[in-house]
Amino acid sequence: MRTAKKIAALCMACVLCVLLTGCHGSRDSSAFVIPAAFDTGRDYEITFWAKNDTNKTQTAIYEKAIADFETLYPNIKVNIRLYTDYGRIYNDVITNIATGTTPNVCITYPDHIATYLTGNHVVAPLDELFTDAQYGLGGSEVRFDSPAVDQVVPQFLEECKIGGSYYAIPFMRSTEALYINKTFVEQLGYTLPDVLTWDFVWEVSDAAARKDAEGTFLLNGQKTMIPFIYKSTDNMMIQMLRQLDAPYSTDDGQILIFSDTTKGLLRTVRDHVQAGAFSTFKISSYPGNFLNAGQCVFAVDSTAGATWMGTHAPHMDIAADQVADFELAVRPIPQFDPENPVMISQGPSICVFNKEDPQLVLASWLFAQYLISSDVQIAYSETEGYVPVTLKAQQDARYRDYLSRKGQDNDQYYSVKLEAAQLLMDNTANTFVTPVFNGSASLRDAAGQLIEEVTKAVHRKKTVDESFMDSLYDQVNSLYRLDQISGQQNAGAESREMGPLPGTAISLLAALAAAWVLIAAYWLRGVLKRKKR
Amino acid sequence: MKKFLAFALAMMMLALTACAVAEDTKTVMSHADYVAAELETEVTVEAYVQAKQSWWDNKATIYTQDEDGAYFIYNMPISQEEYDALVPGTKIRVTGYKSEWSGEVEITDAEYEVVEADPFIAEAVDVTDLLGKDELIDHQNELVSVKGVTVEAYDESGAAFAYKDPVGKTDDLYFKVSKDGETYEFCVEFYLCGQDTDVYKAVEALNVGDVIDLEGFLYWYNGANLQATVLTLAE
Repeated sequence: MRTAKKIAALCMACVLCVLLTGCHGSRDSSAFVIPAAFDTGRDYEITFWAKNDTNKTQTAIYEKAIADFETLYPNIKVNIRLYTDYGRIYNDVITNIATGTTPNVCITYPDHIATYLTGNHVVAPLDELFTDAQYGLGGSEVRFDSPAVDQVVPQFLEECKIGGSYYAIPFMRSTEALYINKTFVEQLGYTLPDVLTWDFVWEVSDAAARKDAEGTFLLNGQKTMIPFIYKSTDNMMIQMLRQLDAPYSTDDGQILIFSDTTKGLLRTVRDHVQAGAFSTFKISSYPGNFLNAGQCVFAVDSTAGATWMGTHAPHMDIAADQVADFELAVRPIPQFDPENPVMISQGPSICVFNKEDPQLVLASWLFAQYLISSDVQIAYSETEGYVPVTLKAQQDARYRDYLSRKGQDNDQYYSVKLEAAQLLMDNTANTFVTPVFNGSASLRDAAGQLIEEVTKAVHRKKTVDESFMDSLYDQVNSLYRLDQISGQQNAGAESREMGPLPGTAISLLAALAAAWVLIAAYWLRGVLKRKKR
Repeated sequence: MKKFLAFALAMMMLALTACAVAEDTKTVMSHADYVAAELETEVTVEAYVQAKQSWWDNKATIYTQDEDGAYFIYNMPISQEEYDALVPGTKIRVTGYKSEWSGEVEITDAEYEVVEADPFIAEAVDVTDLLGKDELIDHQNELVSVKGVTVEAYDESGAAFAYKDPVGKTDDLYFKVSKDGETYEFCVEFYLCGQDTDVYKAVEALNVGDVIDLEGFLYWYNGANLQATVLTLAE
């Protein structure tokens, strides 16, 4: 009887283990292999997670793209879920990796994809799909006018390469632009150059921060003036470091940002915050709101935010009676070496998630590919200061015609929007991206946090000295676990593949371990009992 | 030697006690003191949780209020379990920095502790007569009511409201109301009142011209931006 109980208990433990292991294993799909042919005799339903910029036109374009695609492929149904925040897409994808319920197609950033790749075969590699003669880019069996690989802007395509393989295709590209109240700059006695240096921006900003005895700003006659506001401080730090050719990280994830150069930049930020010349989006609000209210001289924001900038902007977040009348100029972000401008390339990419059914992955790929067809690219890029990611779309007569109509109205052809898009097209060769690795998203956040903390500390009248900087480095390093990221990269490629697991996966693994402990305990108990006897 | 060790130990205990006392004696401000405090200074207040706007990435945004006024606690670090335990009515002591973002005065970089007390839930203050007046800001972040306002077309489409996410309907709802010739933009903040709440559904059912009563928290975004929690058709 006792033996039977033991066998039964062992069987139960084994079953539990198998179940738990099976459960965990269900998250790991097999490597994707392109089917010989797309099975059009079956119906497919794919989920597409996308982001819009609180822009109804973008939503309409997604809906039209889906409708057009479903007409071309009646057996593929696309369900869209829209987000207004990339961070939430990232968070939801991570959660759904644990439960094996990732979307099929997702608009996201390469930094985020690098984390998705910590699971086995979670994201479909696209190298072979790009060049597949039938279903690849420009493939013979694709039912729409798809761009060939060499028609995708090479810089943008390279940004989608992670660890030697392509895991995404670019969807839209933007950079940051300096939106300037030119009227104010000239009022202060300066002439606006084509490319502004950081020194110029700081000098004009300090001048714009002067107040009279009653605390009214001399430049605008108002009680509020933030001469220079930066929307994305992570980009600010990253671009300043790159312009100085200063350390940020290695390609394989060594964290190098905590350097003397970074401290020097932070001291500059400190000095100009103290002068009342600088603040950030997180601390104050949207740069465009201050710019449009005549309360800001220099606003750095994405070219994809161009429709919110200027007296006659089609999008406006402040009351009409608060909008100031001024001449707006669009320039590249401030530079240390204006002869050799350097700016970030940013913008969403598209990744395809791997599934057990390769036909479903192929259907997902076809939809992803449709999103870079000229129809979608041109329509979407015109909603903001985005640039199409394919040369095919950029050279399309419809797009050339669009660019030629700059300023014809303050909506479709809003001059600031078109100038912002042109800025990136003129500077594509001057763009860069930061290395992508598991943890690069955290490093990016940390880069911005350094500026945010210094700015806050000055506002809060704290002493921002060497000791503060050292303490800030420790705090940010710990908050974003950058020491662990560096440690992971040190441990080599194998450990890079085994990055931090989501909480649910950790729970399952813990349960698995507990099951093995119980088995061991049960076995040990039996051994001890036998010894006693 | 023993005496020396005993003395050293006593001094250490004294120092530790002094630290603990210093930690505990952060002066709790009255609401008037809080209003008078300069921006970017450290503040400590005690108030009762009224509504929880959101929890994400281990940070919570919470409406709190006492008999004298309201405090908006923004992105306070807190675990999901602790957040769940902060039911409306719970008294908390919050220390953080008084900050301002687009006109919204809030406490940021905050820490909190629960204070034992009988629960308190504020009653909505009728601010209808203050709409468009400078005095309205005195009620910022409070639970307020606005009565007998008329629904206006939200945009050129003529719709009575707009979804921030028209496809998934998993984001805020915006609508405009007018009173005495002035128009105000209000919203249903999705993380405060999601798509399954009565107020979300009530806004979805609005028609231009409806006369409605509203209750909600008086958030500020470049002006009054009521985050509605209750909507009824006016009698």
